[in-house]
Amino acid sequence: MADFEVPELQEIPLVPHIKEGAMAHSQPYIAKAPFQEALGFPGELVENWEEKVYEKMDDLRKRYRSFQVYLDSCVKCGACTDKCHYFLGTADPKNMPVARQDLLRKVYRSKFTFAGKFWTKLGMPWMVGAQKMDKGVLDEWYSYFHQCSQCRRCSVYCPYGIDTAEISMAAREIMDSIGVGQKYCNEILGKVFKIGNNLGLPQPALLNTLEGLEEEVEEDTGVAVKFPLDVKGADILLVTPSADFFAEPHVDGLIGYAKVFHESGISWTISSYASEAGNFGMFIGSYETMRKAAQRIRKAALDLGVKRIVFGECGHAWRVAYSFLNTLAGPWDFLDPNYPVPQHICEFTHDLIQRDKLTFDKSANDHRVMTYHDSCNVARGSRMGDKPGGQMEIPRAVIKACCNNFHDMPPETIGEATFCCGGGGGILTDDLMEIRVKGAQPRAEALKQVTENNGVTHMAAICAICKSQFTKVLPYYGFTMDQIVSVHQLVSDAIVLTKKD
Amino acid sequence: MTALSIFFALLFYAAMAVFVVGLVCKIIQYSRTPAPLKIPTTPAPVTQTGVVLRMASEVILFASLFKSSKWTWIFGWMFHLALLLAFFRHLRYAMTPDSMLWPLVNLKLIQAAGQYGAYVMLIGLLGLFVRRIFVDRVRYISAPSDYLMLILILTIAGSGTLMSFVAHTDIVQLKAFILGLIYFDWQTLPADGLVITHLGLVALLMFIFPISKLLHAPGMFFSPTRNQIDNPREKRHISAWGKAIDDAEAKMTVD
Ligand code: HEM
Ligand code: SF4
Ligand code: SF4
Repeated sequence: MADFEVPELQEIPLVPHIKEGAMAHSQPYIAKAPFQEALGFPGELVENWEEKVYEKMDDLRKRYRSFQVYLDSCVKCGACTDKCHYFLGTADPKNMPVARQDLLRKVYRSKFTFAGKFWTKLGMPWMVGAQKMDKGVLDEWYSYFHQCSQCRRCSVYCPYGIDTAEISMAAREIMDSIGVGQKYCNEILGKVFKIGNNLGLPQPALLNTLEGLEEEVEEDTGVAVKFPLDVKGADILLVTPSADFFAEPHVDGLIGYAKVFHESGISWTISSYASEAGNFGMFIGSYETMRKAAQRIRKAALDLGVKRIVFGECGHAWRVAYSFLNTLAGPWDFLDPNYPVPQHICEFTHDLIQRDKLTFDKSANDHRVMTYHDSCNVARGSRMGDKPGGQMEIPRAVIKACCNNFHDMPPETIGEATFCCGGGGGILTDDLMEIRVKGAQPRAEALKQVTENNGVTHMAAICAICKSQFTKVLPYYGFTMDQIVSVHQLVSDAIVLTKKD
Repeated sequence: MTALSIFFALLFYAAMAVFVVGLVCKIIQYSRTPAPLKIPTTPAPVTQTGVVLRMASEVILFASLFKSSKWTWIFGWMFHLALLLAFFRHLRYAMTPDSMLWPLVNLKLIQAAGQYGAYVMLIGLLGLFVRRIFVDRVRYISAPSDYLMLILILTIAGSGTLMSFVAHTDIVQLKAFILGLIYFDWQTLPADGLVITHLGLVALLMFIFPISKLLHAPGMFFSPTRNQIDNPREKRHISAWGKAIDDAEAKMTVD
């Protein structure tokens, strides 16, 4: 099935001994010139690029406190070394968070620190772990900064909160700035700016899809649940990952949102202009690109005259939405101040459940024994509700409201300690299949435990990337694709439609 | 006045200057560098008080490290606690009995804790050293400077412990030397091998503090993942350069 060795799942997960160079060969396809240039990056490796790397690094360390402080502060205590799912799955030491940072830190040291410059002059840069930029270093960067899903698990465990995601983002931004971009991310961003979503679905295709869903749901339930597109004056703008429009199990989640909106009686719409929740600008570390994508949501909200913004199920999207949207596209003073901007669909549904506005037939989900995968960027990069940790509690509360059987995976693999699915942060591409499969090993092990001990049959997620990744990679570990479900798919299956029109 | 005394006096002024100026420069750099986005590692406190508590638990208890690695935590925490105790104990050598803090510094408890803390420090440092050598992951990420840093502090702690428990030095004269530095009234330094090693390496430590990973001490307080309040929806967070982008675009649409 694969041209690499699929790791064996262990009963008791072990920290592997290091295997140098185990994943050095893994590199994504490089972005071609037109896609680079469309984002304002050079089309190919620029002349005297080493100098340009230093310049960009200098620029970034002056604009990002995280970058400057994290490059200085690491004491090499090693606490993070066994925390990355990519290290656990590959044993490649450069996938240990601190070693990943060091790929960049050694260049920083050689150029911007007294100790690094001093020892470099003496010809012994290795004394303080310094190294000048060269082709070999760039090659390593391209490999290993595309083996980081920016999941922030390492930052939970670092005594200073050093977040390798920040370093990966900076590294990718530096590489883009010298003309070395990743095909997957940069082509997708091109589609967002041209058409409005990552999949490049234009308005007519979108309309077609949504009409199809309306027919399907009506056939299924006998109720005319609407899937409105570009409706001016609707109360809510729903921004959802474009995978929700057709991929399985994503689309079942979208049907769930529509049913919840239907029951709430609140009018809503999707925008074809801002038909994408995911913001790949974050993956490539570019504030400007991320801002440009976020501004589309602002424009759509203004043009449609909505009062609220709700986001569908997507992990990194929710981080950008929750943590950054106000910064990138705010202030939102033209929206209804009684609701958080933006609101997560789980918050929306949970609120209705709390107020007893939804009716469920939980037995509809009795054929499932559920567990829940906390998506990394929801768990560690955002919040839901008013209290810290609401991002873990609210989705579980929604699941439990519509399912009778629920078991959590082991505590060291969920909540803030959750393992990434292995496909986040711009890794979800076929040219990186090996790292995706290996990176999913810790999650697969945890899932296997509850499957065997508690009879769990399905795992729910609230992230488009998690869902796509799991349906693709879990079969390598003996699971089936349909064991992954959307949280709002469970809602959809259990909700009783009380309003007939 | 011996040549050695003059050399050490000058060395300590220089070390102090580099330490203070270097550290102040770094702190200014950190505080002036903008944090354009809200990136606290969540679940994160939603109030300022909560952030202070989170930071305190990190600084005092090494809470995150406790979650990640109990061995590193126990050795690291022992070392830093002993470092703090040693600091208080050493204040006695830089103070006269008429100083306001003297009664506190001279407490039996503080003196004894500082003295026996030396063993705690040595055990902690040795533990960290052994971990660095024997855990393959930690060995992989260690540069020579990482071992040397531990050896440096071990030597300082070792020489101090020897003076404290085995080969007492002329502590009265040593204190006179230190007070002399503070009051610009230079006195003779006891020409004792242990004293010279101890003080020489302390000066070296002060020199390298602002140019090494010891910057983790100030850095910790500036880490955005730990010091930010989790309230991005409630309050718009915007950096000066982020605002400049907004303003430039607003101007373009008006024109
Ligand atoms: C605000 C004050 C400080 C805090 C909160 C702090 C915290 C920490 C933490 C959490 C670690 C990682 C765990 C470990 O390896 O011990 C560490 C490592 C270290 N700290 Fe500190 N520290 C502080 C001040 C200092 C000072 C003043 C020194 C100067 C001698 C120092 C020297 C070291 C060294 C050498 C290490 C690395 C140990 C190793 O190689 O494993 N620290 N510190
Ligand atoms: S952010 Fe996640 S993927 Fe990246 S180094 Fe840290 S743990 Fe690994
Ligand atoms: S846990 Fe933090 S300080 Fe320790 S090695 Fe990792 S990044 Fe460096």
